[in-house]
Amino acid sequence: MQARFLIPVIVVIGLLGILAIGLTLDPRKVPSPLIGKPAPVFALPKLYQPDQLLTNNDLKGQLALVNVWASWCVACREEHAQIERLSTEFKLRVIGLNYKDKPEDARRWLAQFGNPYSDIAVDEPGRVGIDWGVYGVPETFVIDANGVIRYKHIGPVTASDIETVILPLIAEIQRTDTK
Amino acid sequence: MNMLPELGHFALCIALSLAIIQASIPVAGVLTNRPLWMRAARPAAIGQFGFLLLAFLILTYSFIVSDFSVSYVAHNSNTSLPLQYRISAVWGAHEGSLLLWVLMLAGWTLAVAVFSKALPRDMTATVLSVMGMVSIGFLLFMLLTSNPFDRQFPAPAEGRDLNPLLQDFGLVIHPPMLYMGYVGFSVAFAFAIAALISGRLDTAWARWTRPWTTSAWMFLTLGIMLGSWWAYHELGWGGWWFWDPVENASFMPWLVGTALIHSLAVTEKRGIFKSWTVLLAITAFSLSLLGTFLVRSGVLVSVHAFATDPARGVFILAFFAVVVGGSLVLYAWRAPRFKAEGKAGFFSREGFLLLNNIFLVVAATAVFVGTLYPLLADALALGKLSVGAPYFNTVFVPLTLPLVLLVIGAASLNWKRGNATTMWQRLRWVAVLAVLTAIVFPFILIGQSSLIVAAALMLAFGAIYSAMEEIYRRGSRRGYRKIPLASWGMSMAHIGLGVFVIGVTLVSTYSAESDVRLAPGDSTELSGFSFRFDGISHEAGPNYDSTVGKVTLSHENKVLAVLRPEKRIYRAMGNSMTEAGVLPRLHRDLYVSLGEPLSNGAWSLRLYYRPFMRFVWLGAIFMALGGLIAIFDKRYRHPKLIHAQTGSV
Repeated sequence: MQARFLIPVIVVIGLLGILAIGLTLDPRKVPSPLIGKPAPVFALPKLYQPDQLLTNNDLKGQLALVNVWASWCVACREEHAQIERLSTEFKLRVIGLNYKDKPEDARRWLAQFGNPYSDIAVDEPGRVGIDWGVYGVPETFVIDANGVIRYKHIGPVTASDIETVILPLIAEIQRTDTK
Repeated sequence: MNMLPELGHFALCIALSLAIIQASIPVAGVLTNRPLWMRAARPAAIGQFGFLLLAFLILTYSFIVSDFSVSYVAHNSNTSLPLQYRISAVWGAHEGSLLLWVLMLAGWTLAVAVFSKALPRDMTATVLSVMGMVSIGFLLFMLLTSNPFDRQFPAPAEGRDLNPLLQDFGLVIHPPMLYMGYVGFSVAFAFAIAALISGRLDTAWARWTRPWTTSAWMFLTLGIMLGSWWAYHELGWGGWWFWDPVENASFMPWLVGTALIHSLAVTEKRGIFKSWTVLLAITAFSLSLLGTFLVRSGVLVSVHAFATDPARGVFILAFFAVVVGGSLVLYAWRAPRFKAEGKAGFFSREGFLLLNNIFLVVAATAVFVGTLYPLLADALALGKLSVGAPYFNTVFVPLTLPLVLLVIGAASLNWKRGNATTMWQRLRWVAVLAVLTAIVFPFILIGQSSLIVAAALMLAFGAIYSAMEEIYRRGSRRGYRKIPLASWGMSMAHIGLGVFVIGVTLVSTYSAESDVRLAPGDSTELSGFSFRFDGISHEAGPNYDSTVGKVTLSHENKVLAVLRPEKRIYRAMGNSMTEAGVLPRLHRDLYVSLGEPLSNGAWSLRLYYRPFMRFVWLGAIFMALGGLIAIFDKRYRHPKLIHAQTGSV
């Protein structure tokens, strides 16, 4: 056997290794560099009171979920029922960040599907989204009472995400914070 | 209750058992020298095709009658979906496109079984066995992870919809063409494995392999072309190639397949490049599998593809490892025994074809690296990143222009011997004409030119004229009737390459575009054409609501056409889609796509002027046509000619 005829096999074994590692990486589990840091500063108009501003100070004081969504986003429609559960069933404060959307479209969408949010900030140009490291809608952030980002979920939130990840994490945060 | 889907599932299981028979018994017959066992291959292949066709028809029927208890149907169809899209929805998503994949594999296998009567029995048996092995992998994959006949109860009253991106004629035929190409390379692959097992790789082997490879390549060419045509009309960005991972996944096997076609020619004529040809055949099919893997597993797809299933990815990866790893180990073990029957000198057709192979493979590697680099960076924890069009354009253009030069040179050179003097004698008129046309052409048809454009056009016209010169030279010497179809096909394909290069050069240099805001009645100018926006209207399609803009195009106060760009909202899922309004002409396209509504009835519109856009696709069609002509060369069909050791080309 001549060595040069082995080159293709060796190349392919290397490639297979890379692909195998690629498979284990869940594109949704991108660590956000923001985790453990205070939520980036923002001041955005509210969807239903455009003359009022919602700022990062409003996040403090009580644990909050920030859900980035848009009316054009199909996956947001998919997760809508779960977001609704978070606010009604689990009595969590869910703040919407309406991302790269037109306010009238957003209001129409909420009128049609229901509004699960306690407050909605409008980020029409998507600049705040950049500060928050949003790269796909929907995304959901868990922010503790001190305004620190504790978790980021990319993609639609499913019922099992709520039960296995989000609720245990919130319980953990509340346990350590009350100590 | 309707039991047809269960019957379909059962047909898949029978097809799997037949594939197992086809993969094992004939090759065992070859190894133990039992002719009866070898003969099992043909009926197994026929049976497998029959049962897969049955399964496919059942799935199609479930779509036609909207049987939403079949979960795949419920996810990809809808009662308001027009009939032609209900049928094309069969291959609109993962499970069904896999079924189409195996059906095509079975079709190719059947074709080999039917048209291979002239081949030695052991060769046919081995080839069919190898194809059976590939089929086992895909059938297992389908039955274990992606059964298209899975039921869901209670059945929903209404289905979701077919992805609106796929509700277009281009996308109805694009995937089948692409798959025909991908799957077709499995024949060349099976022949390569058979050559490795038997140790026989001669002129006859190359002659058997060539038409199969050319057919697969032809389908792939058309498939890629249709994809580009579709993206141009549906995405609303006026672009025709985006270097997107999915596009690249089809382009890599095309580049390697092109190299394989040329290397097979050399192996047939000169008995050299043998192990290289085998390696290319394995690579072309591996890249087809990799393409399937990349598209289907979601490793490379953007973060927005949430619906991917890791179990599928693991299965395809394991399958890929077995098929590609296994065949390359076989290659490392057996390929050293292939001995070249001569040498390739630089000034000879084979010398130029070797260079062509090097360029094509390097180009494929460049695309490969660009496509997989983000994955590599991610795997090595260097962070997430993407490689975009600038990389590909910078790397790819300098690699492909020399290829055109090689095409010109090779047309003028004979096999085995050649020299610079004859080359010059044959090419001087080609060169003069090419220079003249390259200078005049853009001035007359576009009204401007530049040095770079003239240089690129010179190469393009050189390819066209040299292909014509070769046909003329041979025809005037021995009569046009004597020229084999393979040579006609080759010249046709090279003319197609020239036409393609003309299109790419002009459309990428002289395109003009503008983003404008127009109120009804307003007009704007682009490249001497006037676009008047006449407002919008609302129309209802069968399963969508559409906002249709009306744009009147005129040139020097003469109305050319009224374009109707659309924005559609598909009712079932609320997805929106653009349909560009295009006025196509051979030498230029005028293109309008509807943007967003602005205040006071005004809209944002994107306007494009795209000179010679059609040449890009026309070139690809010529290439595919060349492949089609070449397949019918009679020396591929007549047993005597197949076994003859000396050829005419």
